[in-house]
Amino acid sequence: MKLKYFAWVKEILGKDEENIDIPMSVKTLGDLINWLISEDEDFAEVFRNRELVKAAIDLELQDYSYNIENAKEIAFFPPVTGG
Amino acid sequence: MIKIQKEDFNISNELNSIDILSDNIGSVVSFIGKVRPEDNLISMTLECYETMAVKEIEKIINEAKDRWDIITATVIHRYGKLYPGDNIVLIITASEHRSQSIEANKFIIDYLKTEVPIWKNEEYSDHNDWVKTKKSDLLSKEKW
Repeated sequence: MKLKYFAWVKEILGKDEENIDIPMSVKTLGDLINWLISEDEDFAEVFRNRELVKAAIDLELQDYSYNIENAKEIAFFPPVTGG
Repeated sequence: MIKIQKEDFNISNELNSIDILSDNIGSVVSFIGKVRPEDNLISMTLECYETMAVKEIEKIINEAKDRWDIITATVIHRYGKLYPGDNIVLIITASEHRSQSIEANKFIIDYLKTEVPIWKNEEYSDHNDWVKTKKSDLLSKEKW
């Protein structure tokens, strides 16, 4: 599974993308976030205020209950500010 | 037509390309978003999740076409390091009658600002800031 990071999420993590193998116990987006936080304290910093971090699964915004078992690409980023 | 690009756009060329698309165009509306010169702002760097941005802009244009009778819509959004006065985004809508292209153009920029994964980082002489979502932008979108 590929993870991509943008804007200040990328800055805190110090990387823009990575490929990860997730444990079988991770089923939903919320599970993934909890697992990432348990693995790396930088993710705890990113998700300190979860309302400020959006997640797109295969290019579609999803909420924490979304099942990610077949996801190919998950992106984490702050609310958008283009235009 | 949708383009996400680093380089500036040529507005005349884009407007000319709209004109040849249909004999029925009676109104062409263009909106250009620029880097607003503000005190001490040195530059603005735009970061983009390009594949998702294209998909989101497609959705917005399709929604605009459902709501208004527009013949075509163009969105060009830049990324990379820009300076005060530089162009950021170009939106062109065309229709037979003006109200359709005017409303559709406003709709597209209001949605683009809150839905398309692009982020601005402002560089000042002593610090950098990621731009936060403005409440006024969210309200502008909600009114549609």
